[in-house]
Formats: sequence, C-alpha cells, structure tokens
Amino acid sequence: MNVVTLNHIGRTYHLDAVDVPALVDINLEIRPDCFTVISGPSGSGKTTLLNLIGCIDQPDSGEVVVAGEPVQKMSDDALSDFRARHIGFIFQNFNLLPVLTVEENVEYPLLLARVPAAERRRRIAELLEAVGIADKARNFPGQLSGGQRQRVAIARALAPAPNLVLADEPTANLDSHTGAAIIALMREMQRELHVSFVFSSHDPKVMAEADDAVLIRDGRIEDIVRRPLQEEAA
Amino acid sequence: MRTMSLAMRNLLRNRRRSLTTLLAMVIGAVTILVFGGYARNIVLSLQTSYVMRGGHLQIQRKDYFLYGSGNPAAYGIADYQHVIDVVTHDPVLAPMLAVATPSIFLGGIAGNFEASVSRTIIGTGLVVADRNRMRHWNDYGLWLNLPDSALTGTAEDAVVIGKGVARVLELCEPLKIENCPKRVKKELATGAPAPADVTALAALEARPAAPRDEARIELLAANVHGAPNVASLHVVKAERQGFKEYDDMFVGMHLKQAQRLLYGEEKPQATAVVLQLVHTSQIPAAKARLAELLSTTLKAEPLEVQDFEALNPFYGQAVGMFAAIFSFMAVLIGAIVLFTVGNTMSMAVMERTAEIGTLRAMGLRRSGIRRLFMNEALVLGMIGAAAGVAAALVVAWLVNHAGLTWLPPGQVDPVPLTVRVWGETRMMVGTALLLVVVAIISAWWPARRAARMLIVDALRHV
Repeated sequence: MNVVTLNHIGRTYHLDAVDVPALVDINLEIRPDCFTVISGPSGSGKTTLLNLIGCIDQPDSGEVVVAGEPVQKMSDDALSDFRARHIGFIFQNFNLLPVLTVEENVEYPLLLARVPAAERRRRIAELLEAVGIADKARNFPGQLSGGQRQRVAIARALAPAPNLVLADEPTANLDSHTGAAIIALMREMQRELHVSFVFSSHDPKVMAEADDAVLIRDGRIEDIVRRPLQEEAA
Repeated sequence: MRTMSLAMRNLLRNRRRSLTTLLAMVIGAVTILVFGGYARNIVLSLQTSYVMRGGHLQIQRKDYFLYGSGNPAAYGIADYQHVIDVVTHDPVLAPMLAVATPSIFLGGIAGNFEASVSRTIIGTGLVVADRNRMRHWNDYGLWLNLPDSALTGTAEDAVVIGKGVARVLELCEPLKIENCPKRVKKELATGAPAPADVTALAALEARPAAPRDEARIELLAANVHGAPNVASLHVVKAERQGFKEYDDMFVGMHLKQAQRLLYGEEKPQATAVVLQLVHTSQIPAAKARLAELLSTTLKAEPLEVQDFEALNPFYGQAVGMFAAIFSFMAVLIGAIVLFTVGNTMSMAVMERTAEIGTLRAMGLRRSGIRRLFMNEALVLGMIGAAAGVAAALVVAWLVNHAGLTWLPPGQVDPVPLTVRVWGETRMMVGTALLLVVVAIISAWWPARRAARMLIVDALRHV
C-alpha cells in the first residue's frame, strides 16, 4: 500500500484579488520505504505539495490519503493526533525548540504521542546514538552547529516511529559537505528504520540518491522517475 | 518536561521583558496591599475607638434611638439592673460579654454663673469602673492606648467637660487650658442701684465663691416630670473631643449624678445598657440571642438593640468610602496588569510564530498551544503575586517601624501610622488571586490568536 496517494489535487492561493494556482491536478503515489525527492524551480509548488502531504494544509480539490486514511474529513484535533503518530518533519531552519535540550527536543513528539517514560528514554538514547549526537544530549540547540542541529531534527522527526518523514530543503542552510553528510544520514536512517522520506531539493546529488524523483514545474508534475527499490532490485 | 516547565523556560527567554512585567505586577500588588492595609487599619482603629467608648451593642427603650435624645427621661429603662443581670447570667451571652454597663444620655444647660455664661450641653452618665474596663478592649492588637477616665476615683459631683465647653464657660484658667484667650465682654448698661432689701436678700442666698483654682458649673436639666433640676458640679478636667461640635457640648459625669438630675428621688433609670463583646465577630450571635431574650425574659419593657454601626453612622460611611477607593484602585491596577501581561504575551506569540507552526506540525493541538501561553501567564501571575505580597509585607514593615504618626478623623491624639498587611490573609490571598486571574485573562486573547494560526503561515513567518 502506498504511504501517500494524491488524487487530482488542486491548490490555489488567493493573494489580494488575484488567484494564484500553486498546484494543478496533481496525481502522485509515494511508495513505502522509499526515498523520494521532489524537485523543481523556485515557486513551482514543491513546498505546497509537501504541506499537503504533511497534512498541515488542505487542498481546494482532490483527495489526500496518508497511511491509508483520507485526511480531509478529519477534525483539526484528529489531524493533529494523526500527524503526531504518522508524520515527522525536518525543516530548512531546523526549528528546534531553543528552550529544550537536545534530548528534550527529541522527547517532545514522544510526549505528544503519549509514549511511556521508559520507552521514551530508550528511544531517545537509540536515536541520538544513531544520528551521532549522543554526547550532546544535554546541550541546548544554541550550543550546536547547523549540521548538529539538523541531526537533532532528524532524530526528532523519527522519534515517534512515523510512516513518513517530510523534509523541506533540509540542506539549504548547510555547507555542501555537511549537507551531503545529512543526506547520507537520512538515507541510512530511511533504510534502517524502513520509513518513507519525502523531501524537496534542487541539489542534483540529492536527486541522484533518491529512489523516486518527482519533477514539478508551474504547479504540475512534469515527470516522475522511479528506480527499483533495494528489495525489488535484489 | 511538562507544560509548566516549558512555560517557565519560555519566560526566561526574554528575561528583561519578563522582569519588567513582573515589576509592574509587584508594584500593583504593593499599591493594592499597602493601601488596603492602611485602610484596614483606619477602619479597625475607628471600630476599636467606638467600641472602647460605646460598646458593640446598646439595649435601649424602643424608639429611644429615633426620639429619645429630645426627651431621655421619657425613654429610660426602668429595670435596667434586671436587664444587666439577665444578660450577664445568660449561658449563651455571658461567654461573649466583656462588659455590660448602664448609661444615661441627657441634654441640658451648663452655666458658670460667676462669669454669667451658659450653653447647651449633651451629658453622659456612666459607671467609671466599667468604662475603664471598656477602654482596655483591643481585639485587633492596635497601638491604641486610651487612659482611664478622668472621673476615676472622684466624688459623685465630679464632671469632665469638653475643652470647647470650658472655653465658652470661661473655665480655662482653673482648668489650665492653653490657647484660650479671654472673651472681651460688652459693658452692661448701668441702671439705678437695686433696692437695699433686694441686695441684702441676694447676699443671703449667694453661695460662697469657689476658690480660684476650682472649676464649678451648674447643670440644668429637665427631670422626668418636665420640671427643671439643677446640680452644682465640680469640673475635674477638660478633655478635647474628636469633633468640635461634640467638644463644645460634652459633659461626662457619674451615672448616679445623671440619674439624680433626671429622676430626682424617684427610682433611677438608664437610657441604655451598653454591651461590649469579647470579639466584634460575635455581634450577629449576640443580637440573635438578645432578640430571643427581649421577646421572652425581658418582654416586660419594650426594648430594642442597636449595634455600634447604627449608633455611629460615620463608621459605616468611612468603611464604605475606603471600600470604594480600594475597589477603584484594584480595578485600575488590574487594568494596568491586564495590558502589561497582554502586551508581553502578544510579543511572545509574535516572536514565536514559527515555533507555534512547528509544534502544531508535530501534532500539538490548538488547545495545547492555548494551554502553553495560558500557563506562561499563570506562572507569570503566580510569581508576580507571590513577589508582590512579599514586597508589600516588607514595605508595610518599613512603614510600621518608621515612627510616623497621624491624626485619624474623630480622634484627639495622633496615633502611629500603621499598615496592616500581615495577618490580613483574605486581603493578601484576594490580591494574589486577582493578579493571577488578571494575568490569565490577559493571555487569553494572544493565546487564542496563536492557537488559530494556520500552520503553513506560521512556519513561513520569519
């Protein structure tokens, strides 16, 4: 079963008196356990598409199905709970809570998902170890470098064991070396934890790493390149 | 890591702004509590002063309060001693009673015939030993010290008069009253000398002149039959009264002397039985029990009970005035705190818009966002209230130990300026709660705004 299915999605922004179509008749399926990149020029609708997949925005038309559930008819509270259980987010600006330590930042989504304390502690330790930042557990985000912060953000996104992790240009604020390391880490985590990753990027190296590449232009999907997954290839 | 802890940490993000907000709350709390403590002290001082002088309750003949002052002899309690015996031996009332004593209020004319001057007066007849006991009542531990009556240990013809009475009756010299210039009298028209036999008769009737250092007055009052009765009285002291009108009319005397003036050789009566209770809070219970007694054991005479608030309307007016000022001040300060905390929370929401978007994206419900900001206001309110109460206690202590004095309305001597905050639990808790509630209310709108933000808009915010 696809982790995300978009059927005939349309999204238009109303800017003053002008209607600006951001997405037009989008049909897309995100395969499970897959590293998907959405690529396209600025203003092509990448972020809008990610927002709709992430259930933080609603389409004007069409249907969004995430983890097998049509999300449009959910109440705001139900949608919040759904996101807490099924979707992790990684932001371009990291968006860590500055008043919380690294481990507390990773713990926050676990609290929202009502994970018991012992399980939380185990999961935090595992994730911080996995992203290579266990020694910074008690540090605050302000005491970390950009790359370290993004590692924390990855751990936080993966904490509630979601079906899907969304990342909007996660390497845009990092130097190329760190950016490459972060992409490698995400790829590694995706394979280890069998999670679907969807992120937007202009970076050709990122696109080269992806299982699926979705090219979007002027709000329409121009091309989808799908590679066989590791299991399929084997 | 819980919501409260997160709220606390968020408040520490912008320490200067949080401190400024707290300072506004502390100043507000100090203003409310110090003024409230000052007002409370005035009200309790007034109450203590009235209770020391006139007791908590007075049993009077029915309608004496309305009509009796013009004709006290007609509104006396015939068997007042029986009334006192009943109330002092009543198993319900007795434990509440500090003093039960008879008294008489009368009107008359006091004259100093040697100086050919007279004036109308209001006389009070009292049992000196009982009144001295009443003067030691101090339920609130105030710094008030009323000395024993000047009538203590004096003969039955002794009186104490107001300094105003002494001035008008030209008794300043024997009573050693300062600042009392002698009145310039008009020259009386001279006529033909009186006939020799009239002069001789007058000399025969004349009393020997009082020594120059002794002050005497003649007091004329209407007795129970409406006939004039005169007593020659020895003024032992002139005491200034709190209000000039009263100072110009006051004559205090022994109860027996007042009874002789009003009732002559007939059975003496009293116009009131004054009851001083152990605590003011016992008034409702005492009144209820008295109502029962007046309708049963004491129903032989038509009696009624008045409390000190009814007898002294100024007390109720003062309490009302201070309550109005206090409420006005509390509302004003509440409004200032409301806008200060509201502004702080609005700034916090604006600065943390992207963070709100992040939390919402991660799955925090709208109610969670609301709770987050409301908790910050709650923490701010609680710290502000606690610090404000603590600061008010310190300020009150400093004022109370600064040695300042002031002259309360209706008082004769200056009293220490005190601010009663410590021990006023209701006022302290009420003020603290007001600040906390106002802080929470002021955060409601910014919190609601934060919770209703669109996630994508919040995440785009820079």
